Amino acid sequence: MAEQNTRQDTLEYAQRLGDDAVVLGHRLSEWCSNAPFLEEDLALANTALDFIGRARMYYGYAAELADDGRDEDDFAYLRDQRDYRNLLLHELPRGDFAFTQARQYFIDVYNQLFLEELRQSADERLAAIAAKAVKESRYHLRRSRDWMLRLGDGTEESHRRTQTAVDNLWGYTHELFELDPLEQRLVDAGVAVDVAALRDPWREQVGTLLDEATLRQPADDWAVRGGREGYHTENLGHLLTEMQALHRAYPGCSW
Amino acid sequence: MTEDELEQAFYRRIENEEKIEPKDWMPEGYRQNLIRQISQHAHSEVIGMQPEGNWITRAPSLRRKAILLAKVQDEGGHGLYLYSTAETLGISRAEMIEALQSCKAKYASIFNYPAQTWADVGAIGWLVDGAAIVNQVSLQRTSYGPYSRSMIRICKEESFHQRQGYELMLTLCRGTEEQKAMAQDALNRFYWPALMMFGPHDSESAHSAKSMQWKIKRESNDDLRQKFIDQTVPQIEFLGLEHPDKDIRWNEERGHYDHGEIDWDEFYRVISGNGPCNRQRIQHHIRVHEEGAWVRDAMSAYQQKKRQRAQAA
Repeated sequence: MAEQNTRQDTLEYAQRLGDDAVVLGHRLSEWCSNAPFLEEDLALANTALDFIGRARMYYGYAAELADDGRDEDDFAYLRDQRDYRNLLLHELPRGDFAFTQARQYFIDVYNQLFLEELRQSADERLAAIAAKAVKESRYHLRRSRDWMLRLGDGTEESHRRTQTAVDNLWGYTHELFELDPLEQRLVDAGVAVDVAALRDPWREQVGTLLDEATLRQPADDWAVRGGREGYHTENLGHLLTEMQALHRAYPGCSW
Repeated sequence: MTEDELEQAFYRRIENEEKIEPKDWMPEGYRQNLIRQISQHAHSEVIGMQPEGNWITRAPSLRRKAILLAKVQDEGGHGLYLYSTAETLGISRAEMIEALQSCKAKYASIFNYPAQTWADVGAIGWLVDGAAIVNQVSLQRTSYGPYSRSMIRICKEESFHQRQGYELMLTLCRGTEEQKAMAQDALNRFYWPALMMFGPHDSESAHSAKSMQWKIKRESNDDLRQKFIDQTVPQIEFLGLEHPDKDIRWNEERGHYDHGEIDWDEFYRVISGNGPCNRQRIQHHIRVHEEGAWVRDAMSAYQQKKRQRAQAA
């Protein structure tokens, strides 16, 4: 029975991580042919590709655990926003280039810490996905970190835009470090990452970088949460409408 | 050496199939002709990201989304590669972009057609990349070394894209009636514009004669177009689709397919700015470029500060 419960919890966990990846991958892919210069079109598309690849691995594993005939696309295309469990930070609109890079930086630092831990998971499949993904995230972090420095310490305009982005993103970072009962059970079983323990190292890394980039660390005076319960901003509905439109318009087709 | 002697030496090398390299002497006309052709090619790759990029967020499966993202990224990479190739001739990327945005430089007219349905993504990969490959395989033997080498590299990726596009079409054709109809519709809309990619008839082509003499161009527009027409007939048959050209007929004597005439009025109409998306494509490029100005400024400001700090230390 306990084993059966862990299996169900792990399915849900893999699905959550898949949701994070597909939603952020979507936002990054919106930059393709919209970036400030060609090299950046390529780099952002490439990062998007890494996250779409991650979503496929997590959903693929969730589908195996579900064992009810669903595949990765059923998870991505046939669930509505109330069933999506991504952390809210991922779904915010791409904003300007400063917003995209600041969000990416926060997530890259987080992912590097998170995936390093997930590699040690008692669940071999999650550990294997993490081992592949952590290499990508290290590289993503090198890029987003560089951009934070250039934009924060660049011109007056870039500094202002980046500070605004950091201020507007900060309230969404708190839920990255919160465990619900499901994740707590999986932490106890050695499967999930204890994200509460990542908060201090994340704050330390981010704080140091913000300093170096001449940016101010915002006060902790507001926080929005709810992604893991399916309580989303209004943005996710539009994202899913666009992403799922064609798939849903032709039910049951192979593509 | 005098100018005349240099020119004679240049033509001897062209005659002997030797490649011309960036630091070699070359006639000004040769240089300008290459800049025109290579930058046009680069712009085509970059503008081509728009119609295909139009479907990334709506791709109907995660696998197709990943394939399309990787493909569009490749096209951007080709653009970069070709801009660098053109830069070896003494023009900067900024100058080329300026020429694109002021409509002095052209790009492949095919990208002035909209990618309306998902099947268009398949048709573009199969037919547009397919036509581009026929042209580019021929350009692997072009006389300018850097251009020839970039064509060799780009062709490898393009033939991969063509197979992916064809496989997308095949999946639709083996799917439901609606999917097959979508594939037929995309073929009908993209077939003729793909034939137009080879340019006007040889007799009408403004730059052809000189380009052939310089061996920048190795085969004529009409010969390349015939190759593409011939290779596409069995591909359409295998998909089980109807050929959009009702006059297509095998000619035993010529060893080629005879075909209907292209609508040249449409060709000149679209080239001269009256296609469905001409304005949209250029305006998009300009808007994005302007929106990105503060990022590029920040980058150079930061670079500058770093240099100053290093000097002060």
